[in-house]
Amino acid sequence: MTKPRKIRLSTTPSPEDLAALKLGDIVYLDGLMYTAREGVYMRALEERANIPMELPRDSAANFHCSPAATINPDGTFRMGAVTATSSFRFAKWIGEWLEKSGAKLIIGKGGMAPEVYRKHFVPHGAIFLTTVGYGTGALLGRGVENVEAVHWREELGLAQAMWVLKCNEMGPFIVASDLEGNCLFERENAKIAPGYAALYEGTKPAVMKRYGETDDRSDEVIG
Amino acid sequence: MTPISLIQSTAETLMDKAAIEIPDDYLTGLKKAAEVEDGDLSSFVLQAMLENYEAAKEDRRAMCGDTGCPRWYVKMGNEAQVEGGPCALETALRRATANATNGVPLRPNRVHPLWRTDHDNNVGINAPEIEFAFEPEGAWIDLTTVHKGGLFGTDYRMLFPSDGLEGIRRFYLDTLIAFGKRGLACQPAIIGIGLGGSKDTCMVLGKRAACLRTVGDRNPDPKIAAMEEEFIELGNSIGMGAMGFVGKSMVIDCHIEVGYCHTGGMQMSMHAFCLSSRRACARIHADGRVEYRTDPQWFTPYLRRETVEWEGLSVAAE
Repeated sequence: MTKPRKIRLSTTPSPEDLAALKLGDIVYLDGLMYTAREGVYMRALEERANIPMELPRDSAANFHCSPAATINPDGTFRMGAVTATSSFRFAKWIGEWLEKSGAKLIIGKGGMAPEVYRKHFVPHGAIFLTTVGYGTGALLGRGVENVEAVHWREELGLAQAMWVLKCNEMGPFIVASDLEGNCLFERENAKIAPGYAALYEGTKPAVMKRYGETDDRSDEVIG
Repeated sequence: MTPISLIQSTAETLMDKAAIEIPDDYLTGLKKAAEVEDGDLSSFVLQAMLENYEAAKEDRRAMCGDTGCPRWYVKMGNEAQVEGGPCALETALRRATANATNGVPLRPNRVHPLWRTDHDNNVGINAPEIEFAFEPEGAWIDLTTVHKGGLFGTDYRMLFPSDGLEGIRRFYLDTLIAFGKRGLACQPAIIGIGLGGSKDTCMVLGKRAACLRTVGDRNPDPKIAAMEEEFIELGNSIGMGAMGFVGKSMVIDCHIEVGYCHTGGMQMSMHAFCLSSRRACARIHADGRVEYRTDPQWFTPYLRRETVEWEGLSVAAE
Protein backbone atom coordinates (compact mmCIF):
# COMPACT_ATOMS: atom_id res chain seq x y z
CA MET A 1 0.00 0.00 0.00
CA THR A 2 1.49 3.36 -1.01
CA LYS A 3 0.75 6.53 0.91
CA PRO A 4 -0.67 9.44 -1.07
CA ARG A 5 1.47 12.62 -1.55
CA LYS A 6 0.73 15.66 0.60
CA ILE A 7 0.98 19.14 -0.93
CA ARG A 8 0.35 22.72 0.27
CA LEU A 9 -1.39 24.94 -2.26
CA SER A 10 -2.40 28.61 -2.48
CA THR A 11 -6.07 29.50 -3.04
CA THR A 12 -4.76 31.67 -5.91
CA PRO A 13 -2.59 28.98 -7.52
CA SER A 14 -0.42 29.45 -10.62
CA PRO A 15 -0.98 27.30 -13.72
CA GLU A 16 2.33 25.56 -12.88
CA ASP A 17 1.13 24.71 -9.36
CA LEU A 18 -2.00 23.15 -10.84
CA ALA A 19 -0.12 21.26 -13.56
CA ALA A 20 2.00 19.56 -10.90
CA LEU A 21 -1.05 18.01 -9.17
CA LYS A 22 -1.93 14.37 -9.80
CA LEU A 23 -5.22 12.56 -9.18
CA GLY A 24 -5.29 11.29 -5.60
CA ASP A 25 -2.80 13.86 -4.21
CA ILE A 26 -3.70 15.20 -0.76
CA VAL A 27 -3.88 19.00 -0.66
CA TYR A 28 -3.84 21.57 2.17
CA LEU A 29 -4.87 25.15 1.32
CA ASP A 30 -3.57 28.59 2.34
CA GLY A 31 -5.26 31.91 1.57
CA LEU A 32 -8.79 33.19 1.10
CA MET A 33 -11.62 30.88 0.08
CA TYR A 34 -15.31 31.69 -0.41
CA THR A 35 -18.39 29.52 -0.16
CA ALA A 36 -20.78 29.56 -3.11
CA ARG A 37 -23.50 27.03 -3.89
CA GLU A 38 -26.98 27.20 -5.48
CA GLY A 39 -27.99 30.40 -3.63
CA VAL A 40 -24.92 32.38 -4.71
CA TYR A 41 -24.99 30.93 -8.24
CA MET A 42 -28.62 31.89 -8.75
CA ARG A 43 -28.10 35.37 -7.35
CA ALA A 44 -24.90 36.09 -9.26
CA LEU A 45 -25.73 34.36 -12.55
CA GLU A 46 -29.51 34.41 -12.91
CA GLU A 47 -30.34 37.62 -11.04
CA ARG A 48 -27.11 39.28 -12.22
CA ALA A 49 -26.31 40.75 -8.80
CA ASN A 50 -22.82 42.26 -8.42
CA ILE A 51 -20.47 39.82 -6.70
CA PRO A 52 -19.32 41.51 -3.46
CA MET A 53 -15.66 40.39 -3.87
CA GLU A 54 -12.88 41.06 -6.34
CA LEU A 55 -12.59 37.68 -8.11
CA PRO A 56 -10.28 35.96 -8.84
CA ARG A 57 -7.76 38.44 -7.39
CA ASP A 58 -8.89 37.87 -3.79
CA SER A 59 -9.59 34.17 -4.20
CA ALA A 60 -9.75 31.58 -6.95
CA ALA A 61 -11.17 28.93 -4.62
CA ASN A 62 -14.92 28.27 -4.57
CA PHE A 63 -16.07 25.95 -1.76
CA HIS A 64 -19.44 24.15 -2.07
CA CYS A 65 -20.13 24.52 1.60
CA SER A 66 -22.46 25.75 4.31
CA PRO A 67 -20.52 25.96 7.55
CA ALA A 68 -21.88 25.06 10.97
CA ALA A 69 -21.43 28.62 12.18
CA THR A 70 -23.30 31.39 13.86
CA ILE A 71 -23.19 35.18 14.04
CA ASN A 72 -22.81 36.56 17.55
CA PRO A 73 -25.00 39.47 18.70
CA ASP A 74 -21.93 41.77 18.41
CA GLY A 75 -21.56 40.85 14.73
CA THR A 76 -18.53 38.56 15.11
CA PHE A 77 -18.64 35.02 13.77
CA ARG A 78 -18.27 31.69 15.49
CA MET A 79 -17.12 28.91 13.18
CA GLY A 80 -17.61 25.29 14.21
CA ALA A 81 -17.29 22.44 11.74
CA VAL A 82 -16.89 22.87 7.98
CA THR A 83 -17.68 20.31 5.28
CA ALA A 84 -18.83 20.31 1.69
CA THR A 85 -22.14 19.50 0.06
CA SER A 86 -22.44 17.22 -3.00
CA SER A 87 -21.18 19.12 -6.03
CA PHE A 88 -22.74 17.20 -8.94
CA ARG A 89 -25.95 19.17 -8.35
CA PHE A 90 -24.30 22.44 -9.43
CA ALA A 91 -23.35 21.33 -12.96
CA LYS A 92 -25.87 23.65 -14.63
CA TRP A 93 -24.12 26.79 -13.30
CA ILE A 94 -20.47 25.77 -13.19
CA GLY A 95 -19.41 26.75 -16.73
CA GLU A 96 -20.76 30.28 -16.41
CA TRP A 97 -19.38 30.58 -12.87
CA LEU A 98 -15.84 29.57 -13.92
CA GLU A 99 -16.06 32.15 -16.73
CA LYS A 100 -17.32 34.94 -14.49
CA SER A 101 -15.31 34.26 -11.30
CA GLY A 102 -12.03 33.01 -12.74
CA ALA A 103 -12.06 30.24 -10.12
CA LYS A 104 -9.25 27.68 -10.50
CA LEU A 105 -10.18 25.45 -7.57
CA ILE A 106 -13.68 24.09 -7.18
CA ILE A 107 -13.84 22.43 -3.80
CA GLY A 108 -16.74 20.23 -2.83
CA LYS A 109 -18.04 16.76 -2.10
CA GLY A 110 -17.56 13.89 -4.53
CA GLY A 111 -16.45 15.76 -7.64
CA MET A 112 -18.49 16.33 -10.78
CA ALA A 113 -19.23 14.28 -13.90
CA PRO A 114 -16.24 13.67 -16.23
CA GLU A 115 -18.05 15.46 -19.07
CA VAL A 116 -18.34 18.57 -16.89
CA TYR A 117 -14.57 18.57 -16.33
CA ARG A 118 -13.88 18.21 -20.05
CA LYS A 119 -16.44 20.77 -21.16
CA HIS A 120 -15.96 23.46 -18.50
CA PHE A 121 -12.95 22.87 -16.22
CA VAL A 122 -10.32 22.13 -18.89
CA PRO A 123 -10.94 25.30 -20.98
CA HIS A 124 -10.78 27.42 -17.81
CA GLY A 125 -7.66 25.75 -16.41
CA ALA A 126 -9.52 24.69 -13.26
CA ILE A 127 -9.41 21.52 -11.17
CA PHE A 128 -11.66 19.88 -8.58
CA LEU A 129 -10.65 19.18 -4.98
CA THR A 130 -12.90 16.92 -2.96
CA THR A 131 -13.29 16.94 0.80
CA VAL A 132 -12.44 13.68 2.59
CA GLY A 133 -14.67 11.23 4.43
CA TYR A 134 -17.17 12.48 4.46
CA GLY A 135 -16.57 14.63 6.27
CA THR A 136 -13.65 15.83 8.31
CA GLY A 137 -15.59 18.83 9.58
CA ALA A 138 -13.58 19.38 12.74
CA LEU A 139 -10.21 19.16 10.94
CA LEU A 140 -11.35 21.61 8.26
CA GLY A 141 -12.77 23.91 10.93
CA ARG A 142 -9.32 24.02 12.54
CA GLY A 143 -7.90 25.22 9.21
CA VAL A 144 -10.12 28.31 9.20
CA GLU A 145 -8.01 31.06 10.77
CA ASN A 146 -10.67 33.72 10.48
CA VAL A 147 -14.06 34.52 8.97
CA GLU A 148 -13.29 37.65 6.91
CA ALA A 149 -16.87 38.43 5.84
CA VAL A 150 -20.33 36.97 5.26
CA HIS A 151 -21.88 38.43 2.11
CA TRP A 152 -25.56 38.20 1.16
CA ARG A 153 -26.50 36.95 4.61
CA GLU A 154 -29.81 38.85 4.56
CA GLU A 155 -30.66 37.86 1.01
CA LEU A 156 -29.71 34.17 1.18
CA GLY A 157 -29.72 33.13 4.87
CA LEU A 158 -26.81 31.71 6.88
CA ALA A 159 -26.58 28.38 5.04
CA GLN A 160 -26.51 29.84 1.51
CA ALA A 161 -24.60 33.08 2.24
CA MET A 162 -21.15 33.74 0.77
CA TRP A 163 -18.70 33.09 3.62
CA VAL A 164 -15.16 34.38 3.10
CA LEU A 165 -12.72 32.20 5.02
CA LYS A 166 -9.02 32.75 5.70
CA CYS A 167 -7.38 29.32 5.48
CA ASN A 168 -4.19 28.20 7.14
CA GLU A 169 -3.09 24.73 6.05
CA MET A 170 -6.75 23.82 5.71
CA GLY A 171 -7.32 20.21 4.73
CA PRO A 172 -7.23 17.43 3.84
CA PHE A 173 -8.63 17.66 0.31
CA ILE A 174 -8.05 15.13 -2.52
CA VAL A 175 -7.31 16.07 -6.14
CA ALA A 176 -10.36 14.67 -8.01
CA SER A 177 -9.67 16.14 -11.47
CA ASP A 178 -6.55 17.40 -13.24
CA LEU A 179 -5.87 20.00 -15.94
CA GLU A 180 -6.46 17.37 -18.67
CA GLY A 181 -9.91 16.62 -17.28
CA ASN A 182 -9.06 13.17 -15.91
CA CYS A 183 -11.50 12.10 -13.19
CA LEU A 184 -10.41 10.25 -10.03
CA PHE A 185 -13.86 8.81 -9.32
CA GLU A 186 -14.25 7.59 -12.93
CA ARG A 187 -10.89 5.82 -12.59
CA GLU A 188 -11.95 4.14 -9.30
CA ASN A 189 -15.39 3.17 -10.67
CA ALA A 190 -13.70 1.46 -13.64
CA LYS A 191 -11.54 -0.61 -11.31
CA ILE A 192 -14.55 -1.77 -9.26
CA ALA A 193 -17.00 -2.43 -12.12
CA PRO A 194 -15.59 -5.80 -13.34
CA GLY A 195 -16.69 -7.40 -10.05
CA TYR A 196 -20.39 -6.56 -10.40
CA ALA A 197 -21.40 -9.56 -12.54
CA ALA A 198 -20.19 -12.08 -9.95
CA LEU A 199 -21.72 -10.04 -7.12
CA TYR A 200 -25.19 -10.12 -8.71
CA GLU A 201 -25.04 -13.76 -9.82
CA GLY A 202 -28.26 -15.59 -8.95
CA THR A 203 -30.33 -12.43 -8.43
CA LYS A 204 -32.99 -11.36 -10.91
CA PRO A 205 -34.66 -8.01 -11.54
CA ALA A 206 -37.61 -7.18 -9.28
CA VAL A 207 -40.94 -8.54 -10.56
CA MET A 208 -42.29 -5.00 -10.78
CA LYS A 209 -40.04 -2.57 -12.65
CA ARG A 210 -39.72 1.19 -12.16
CA TYR A 211 -39.63 3.82 -14.90
CA GLY A 212 -36.31 5.33 -15.76
CA GLU A 213 -34.22 2.52 -14.26
CA THR A 214 -30.87 1.26 -15.41
CA ASP A 215 -29.53 -2.23 -14.84
CA ASP A 216 -26.01 -1.18 -15.85
CA ARG A 217 -24.10 -0.91 -12.54
CA SER A 218 -21.22 0.90 -14.21
CA ASP A 219 -23.66 3.73 -14.87
CA GLU A 220 -23.50 6.53 -12.32
CA VAL A 221 -27.03 7.50 -11.42
CA ILE A 222 -26.06 11.15 -11.05
CA GLY A 223 -26.10 14.02 -13.57
CA MET B 1 -43.25 14.30 38.23
CA THR B 2 -40.30 15.24 36.02
CA PRO B 3 -39.72 19.02 35.87
CA ILE B 4 -39.79 20.47 32.37
CA SER B 5 -36.60 22.49 33.02
CA LEU B 6 -34.70 19.22 33.61
CA ILE B 7 -35.98 17.84 30.33
CA GLN B 8 -34.86 20.92 28.41
CA SER B 9 -31.40 21.12 30.01
CA THR B 10 -30.83 17.38 29.46
CA ALA B 11 -31.95 17.73 25.85
CA GLU B 12 -29.48 20.60 25.28
CA THR B 13 -26.62 18.49 26.65
CA LEU B 14 -27.68 15.63 24.36
CA MET B 15 -27.67 17.90 21.29
CA ASP B 16 -24.09 18.88 22.10
CA LYS B 17 -22.92 15.30 22.72
CA ALA B 18 -24.56 13.93 19.58
CA ALA B 19 -22.96 16.54 17.33
CA ILE B 20 -19.46 16.27 18.82
CA GLU B 21 -18.82 12.77 20.26
CA ILE B 22 -18.78 9.75 17.94
CA PRO B 23 -20.44 6.86 19.84
CA ASP B 24 -17.96 4.24 21.11
CA ASP B 25 -19.65 1.31 19.34
CA TYR B 26 -19.33 2.99 15.93
CA LEU B 27 -15.77 4.13 16.69
CA THR B 28 -14.73 0.57 17.59
CA GLY B 29 -16.38 -0.71 14.40
CA LEU B 30 -14.59 1.87 12.27
CA LYS B 31 -11.22 1.13 13.87
CA LYS B 32 -11.67 -2.55 12.99
CA ALA B 33 -12.51 -1.58 9.40
CA ALA B 34 -9.43 0.66 9.25
CA GLU B 35 -7.23 -2.26 10.35
CA VAL B 36 -8.28 -4.47 7.45
CA GLU B 37 -8.69 -1.78 4.77
CA ASP B 38 -5.90 -2.04 2.21
CA GLY B 39 -7.01 0.39 -0.52
CA ASP B 40 -4.52 3.31 -0.62
CA LEU B 41 -7.11 6.08 -0.78
CA SER B 42 -9.83 4.32 1.26
CA SER B 43 -7.32 3.73 3.99
CA PHE B 44 -6.25 7.38 4.00
CA VAL B 45 -9.91 8.41 4.31
CA LEU B 46 -10.55 6.17 7.34
CA GLN B 47 -7.42 7.45 9.10
CA ALA B 48 -8.49 11.05 8.43
CA MET B 49 -11.91 10.30 9.93
CA LEU B 50 -10.34 8.81 13.07
CA GLU B 51 -8.24 11.98 13.46
CA ASN B 52 -11.34 14.06 12.88
CA TYR B 53 -13.26 12.44 15.75
CA GLU B 54 -10.38 13.30 18.08
CA ALA B 55 -10.23 16.89 16.82
CA ALA B 56 -13.97 17.29 17.36
CA LYS B 57 -13.75 16.14 20.98
CA GLU B 58 -10.63 18.20 21.73
CA ASP B 59 -12.06 21.41 20.26
CA ARG B 60 -15.68 20.69 21.30
CA ARG B 61 -16.76 21.38 17.74
CA ALA B 62 -19.20 19.38 15.60
CA MET B 63 -17.54 16.38 13.92
CA CYS B 64 -19.09 17.17 10.53
CA GLY B 65 -19.96 20.53 8.96
CA ASP B 66 -23.25 19.05 7.77
CA THR B 67 -24.75 18.49 11.18
CA GLY B 68 -27.74 16.68 9.68
CA CYS B 69 -31.35 17.00 10.74
CA PRO B 70 -31.76 16.75 14.51
CA ARG B 71 -34.69 14.53 15.59
CA TRP B 72 -35.99 13.11 18.87
CA TYR B 73 -37.05 9.71 20.14
CA VAL B 74 -38.83 9.77 23.47
CA LYS B 75 -39.57 6.63 25.42
CA MET B 76 -41.50 6.62 28.67
CA GLY B 77 -42.07 4.05 31.34
CA ASN B 78 -45.80 3.47 31.85
CA GLU B 79 -45.77 5.43 35.12
CA ALA B 80 -43.77 8.45 33.90
CA GLN B 81 -45.26 11.91 34.34
CA VAL B 82 -44.05 15.18 32.85
CA GLU B 83 -44.66 18.59 34.30
CA GLY B 84 -47.01 20.35 31.88
CA GLY B 85 -47.83 17.15 29.99
CA PRO B 86 -46.70 15.87 26.58
CA CYS B 87 -47.15 19.20 24.80
CA ALA B 88 -44.78 20.89 27.28
CA LEU B 89 -42.31 18.08 26.58
CA GLU B 90 -42.50 18.73 22.84
CA THR B 91 -41.99 22.44 23.37
CA ALA B 92 -38.92 21.78 25.56
CA LEU B 93 -37.38 19.60 22.82
CA ARG B 94 -38.05 22.25 20.17
CA ARG B 95 -36.45 24.90 22.39
CA ALA B 96 -33.43 22.68 23.06
CA THR B 97 -33.01 22.10 19.32
CA ALA B 98 -33.09 25.82 18.58
CA ASN B 99 -30.77 26.75 21.46
CA ALA B 100 -28.20 24.10 20.56
CA THR B 101 -28.21 25.13 16.91
CA ASN B 102 -26.81 28.48 17.98
CA GLY B 103 -24.87 27.13 20.94
CA VAL B 104 -22.76 24.26 19.51
CA PRO B 105 -23.07 25.69 16.75
CA LEU B 106 -24.89 23.42 14.28
CA ARG B 107 -25.66 24.19 10.66
CA PRO B 108 -29.23 25.54 10.36
CA ASN B 109 -30.18 22.88 7.81
CA ARG B 110 -33.94 22.90 8.09
CA VAL B 111 -35.78 24.96 5.50
CA HIS B 112 -39.30 25.07 4.04
CA PRO B 113 -39.36 22.60 1.11
CA LEU B 114 -40.84 25.12 -1.32
CA TRP B 115 -40.05 28.62 -0.07
CA ARG B 116 -36.67 27.67 1.45
CA THR B 117 -37.48 29.78 4.52
CA ASP B 118 -34.78 29.18 7.15
CA HIS B 119 -35.40 30.09 10.79
CA ASP B 120 -31.67 29.50 11.41
CA ASN B 121 -32.52 27.19 14.32
CA ASN B 122 -33.44 23.76 12.83
CA VAL B 123 -37.05 24.20 13.93
CA GLY B 124 -40.00 24.58 11.57
CA ILE B 125 -43.16 22.89 10.34
CA ASN B 126 -42.93 19.20 11.40
CA ALA B 127 -39.31 19.70 12.40
CA PRO B 128 -37.65 18.35 14.44
CA GLU B 129 -39.45 14.99 14.33
CA ILE B 130 -40.46 13.84 17.81
CA GLU B 131 -41.47 10.18 18.07
CA PHE B 132 -42.81 8.39 21.12
CA ALA B 133 -42.80 4.86 22.49
CA PHE B 134 -43.65 3.29 25.83
CA GLU B 135 -42.53 0.47 28.10
CA PRO B 136 -44.73 -1.43 30.56
CA GLU B 137 -42.78 -0.56 33.71
CA GLY B 138 -40.99 2.42 35.21
CA ALA B 139 -41.38 6.15 35.81
CA TRP B 140 -38.31 7.15 33.77
CA ILE B 141 -38.11 9.10 30.51
CA ASP B 142 -35.51 8.19 27.87
CA LEU B 143 -34.50 10.98 25.50
CA THR B 144 -32.54 10.11 22.37
CA THR B 145 -31.45 12.59 19.74
CA VAL B 146 -30.21 11.50 16.34
CA HIS B 147 -28.67 13.98 13.88
CA LYS B 148 -29.08 12.02 10.69
CA GLY B 149 -27.54 13.17 7.42
CA GLY B 150 -30.31 13.85 5.02
CA LEU B 151 -29.81 13.29 1.31
CA PHE B 152 -28.20 10.02 0.19
CA GLY B 153 -28.16 6.31 0.97
CA THR B 154 -31.88 5.86 1.55
CA ASP B 155 -34.35 4.13 -0.74
CA TYR B 156 -37.64 2.23 -0.70
CA ARG B 157 -39.05 -0.45 -2.95
CA MET B 158 -42.23 -2.49 -2.97
CA LEU B 159 -41.01 -6.03 -3.45
CA PHE B 160 -43.28 -9.08 -3.57
CA PRO B 161 -43.04 -12.56 -2.03
CA SER B 162 -41.98 -13.92 -5.44
CA ASP B 163 -38.92 -11.61 -5.37
CA GLY B 164 -37.76 -13.63 -2.36
CA LEU B 165 -34.50 -13.26 -0.50
CA GLU B 166 -32.65 -12.78 -3.79
CA GLY B 167 -34.81 -9.72 -4.45
CA ILE B 168 -33.86 -8.31 -1.06
CA ARG B 169 -30.16 -8.97 -1.74
CA ARG B 170 -30.39 -7.28 -5.11
CA PHE B 171 -32.07 -4.13 -3.83
CA TYR B 172 -29.55 -4.01 -0.98
CA LEU B 173 -26.63 -4.13 -3.44
CA ASP B 174 -28.31 -1.67 -5.82
CA THR B 175 -28.73 0.90 -3.06
CA LEU B 176 -25.22 0.46 -1.68
CA ILE B 177 -23.66 0.79 -5.13
CA ALA B 178 -25.83 3.66 -6.40
CA PHE B 179 -25.14 5.82 -3.34
CA GLY B 180 -21.70 4.38 -2.60
CA LYS B 181 -20.15 5.78 -5.78
CA ARG B 182 -18.16 8.93 -4.95
CA GLY B 183 -19.05 8.19 -1.33
CA LEU B 184 -22.36 10.04 -1.49
CA ALA B 185 -23.69 7.84 1.35
CA CYS B 186 -20.65 8.81 3.50
CA GLN B 187 -19.85 5.13 4.02
CA PRO B 188 -18.78 2.96 5.78
CA ALA B 189 -22.18 3.17 7.44
CA ILE B 190 -24.53 1.38 9.77
CA ILE B 191 -27.11 0.05 7.32
CA GLY B 192 -30.68 -0.21 8.51
CA ILE B 193 -33.20 -2.31 6.61
CA GLY B 194 -36.93 -2.20 7.15
CA LEU B 195 -38.96 -5.15 5.87
CA GLY B 196 -42.74 -5.26 5.73
CA GLY B 197 -45.18 -3.00 7.51
CA SER B 198 -46.77 -0.55 5.13
CA LYS B 199 -44.69 1.97 3.15
CA ASP B 200 -44.43 4.48 5.99
CA THR B 201 -43.85 1.82 8.68
CA CYS B 202 -41.22 0.19 6.51
CA MET B 203 -39.30 3.49 6.21
CA VAL B 204 -39.64 4.17 9.93
CA LEU B 205 -38.44 0.66 10.89
CA GLY B 206 -35.42 0.85 8.57
CA LYS B 207 -34.41 4.26 9.85
CA ARG B 208 -34.72 3.16 13.47
CA ALA B 209 -32.78 -0.02 12.66
CA ALA B 210 -29.93 2.17 11.38
CA CYS B 211 -30.03 4.87 14.05
CA LEU B 212 -31.28 3.22 17.24
CA ARG B 213 -29.30 -0.04 17.39
CA THR B 214 -25.60 -0.18 18.23
CA VAL B 215 -22.78 -1.84 16.29
CA GLY B 216 -22.62 -5.54 17.19
CA ASP B 217 -26.28 -5.83 18.20
CA ARG B 218 -28.18 -8.70 16.51
CA ASN B 219 -31.89 -9.20 15.89
CA PRO B 220 -33.35 -11.75 18.38
CA ASP B 221 -34.76 -13.85 15.51
CA PRO B 222 -31.78 -16.16 14.73
CA LYS B 223 -32.62 -16.32 11.01
CA ILE B 224 -32.79 -12.52 10.73
CA ALA B 225 -29.55 -12.27 12.75
CA ALA B 226 -27.93 -14.61 10.18
CA MET B 227 -29.19 -12.35 7.36
CA GLU B 228 -27.67 -9.33 9.09
CA GLU B 229 -24.30 -11.06 9.25
CA GLU B 230 -24.52 -12.21 5.65
CA PHE B 231 -25.36 -8.68 4.51
CA ILE B 232 -22.37 -7.15 6.32
CA GLU B 233 -20.14 -9.60 4.47
CA LEU B 234 -21.93 -9.03 1.14
CA GLY B 235 -21.68 -5.24 1.39
CA ASN B 236 -17.99 -5.41 2.20
CA SER B 237 -17.30 -7.69 -0.77
CA ILE B 238 -18.40 -5.19 -3.46
CA GLY B 239 -14.82 -4.00 -3.88
CA MET B 240 -15.77 -0.47 -2.88
CA GLY B 241 -14.74 1.46 0.23
CA ALA B 242 -14.92 4.96 1.68
CA MET B 243 -15.69 7.69 -0.87
CA GLY B 244 -16.32 5.04 -3.53
CA PHE B 245 -12.60 4.32 -3.83
CA VAL B 246 -11.33 0.77 -4.33
CA GLY B 247 -11.60 -0.88 -0.92
CA LYS B 248 -13.53 -3.20 1.32
CA SER B 249 -15.26 -1.05 3.95
CA MET B 250 -18.85 -0.21 3.08
CA VAL B 251 -20.80 -1.58 6.01
CA ILE B 252 -19.87 -1.27 9.69
CA ASP B 253 -23.00 -3.15 10.69
CA CYS B 254 -26.37 -4.13 9.24
CA HIS B 255 -29.58 -4.11 11.26
CA ILE B 256 -32.89 -5.51 10.04
CA GLU B 257 -36.28 -4.79 11.60
CA VAL B 258 -39.56 -6.29 10.47
CA GLY B 259 -43.25 -5.43 10.71
CA TYR B 260 -46.24 -7.52 9.67
CA CYS B 261 -47.35 -6.49 6.16
CA HIS B 262 -50.06 -7.12 3.56
CA THR B 263 -50.06 -10.77 2.53
CA GLY B 264 -49.28 -9.90 -1.10
CA GLY B 265 -46.28 -7.64 -0.45
CA MET B 266 -42.73 -7.49 0.94
CA GLN B 267 -41.85 -3.81 1.40
CA MET B 268 -38.17 -2.98 1.78
CA SER B 269 -36.37 0.19 2.86
CA MET B 270 -32.66 0.96 3.18
CA HIS B 271 -31.01 3.61 5.34
CA ALA B 272 -27.35 4.50 5.84
CA PHE B 273 -26.21 6.02 9.15
CA CYS B 274 -22.99 7.66 8.02
CA LEU B 275 -19.39 8.22 9.14
CA SER B 276 -20.85 10.77 11.54
CA SER B 277 -23.35 8.41 13.21
CA ARG B 278 -24.64 11.01 15.64
CA ARG B 279 -26.78 9.71 18.50
CA ALA B 280 -26.90 10.46 22.21
CA CYS B 281 -29.30 9.30 24.93
CA ALA B 282 -30.16 9.95 28.52
CA ARG B 283 -32.48 8.39 31.06
CA ILE B 284 -34.19 10.88 33.35
CA HIS B 285 -35.32 9.07 36.48
CA ALA B 286 -38.35 10.12 38.50
CA ASP B 287 -36.03 11.26 41.33
CA GLY B 288 -34.22 13.66 38.99
CA ARG B 289 -31.07 11.59 38.34
CA VAL B 290 -29.84 11.75 34.74
CA GLU B 291 -27.75 8.95 33.19
CA TYR B 292 -26.13 9.56 29.81
CA ARG B 293 -25.37 6.76 27.36
CA THR B 294 -25.07 6.12 23.61
CA ASP B 295 -27.25 3.00 23.29
CA PRO B 296 -30.88 4.05 22.82
CA GLN B 297 -32.13 0.60 23.95
CA TRP B 298 -35.11 1.28 21.72
CA PHE B 299 -35.91 -2.18 20.37
CA THR B 300 -37.07 -4.14 23.42
CA PRO B 301 -39.06 -7.38 23.57
CA TYR B 302 -42.11 -5.22 24.29
CA LEU B 303 -41.57 -3.11 21.16
CA ARG B 304 -41.17 -6.24 19.04
CA ARG B 305 -44.15 -7.98 20.65
CA GLU B 306 -45.86 -10.55 18.46
CA THR B 307 -49.38 -10.79 19.79
CA VAL B 308 -52.19 -9.01 21.68
CA GLU B 309 -51.50 -9.43 25.36
CA TRP B 310 -48.28 -8.64 27.22
CA GLU B 311 -47.56 -10.58 30.38
CA GLY B 312 -47.22 -8.42 33.48
CA LEU B 313 -49.12 -5.49 32.05
CA SER B 314 -52.39 -4.89 33.81
CA VAL B 315 -54.83 -3.00 31.64
CA ALA B 316 -58.22 -2.05 33.03
CA ALA B 317 -60.96 -4.29 31.66
CA GLU B 318 -63.77 -2.70 29.73
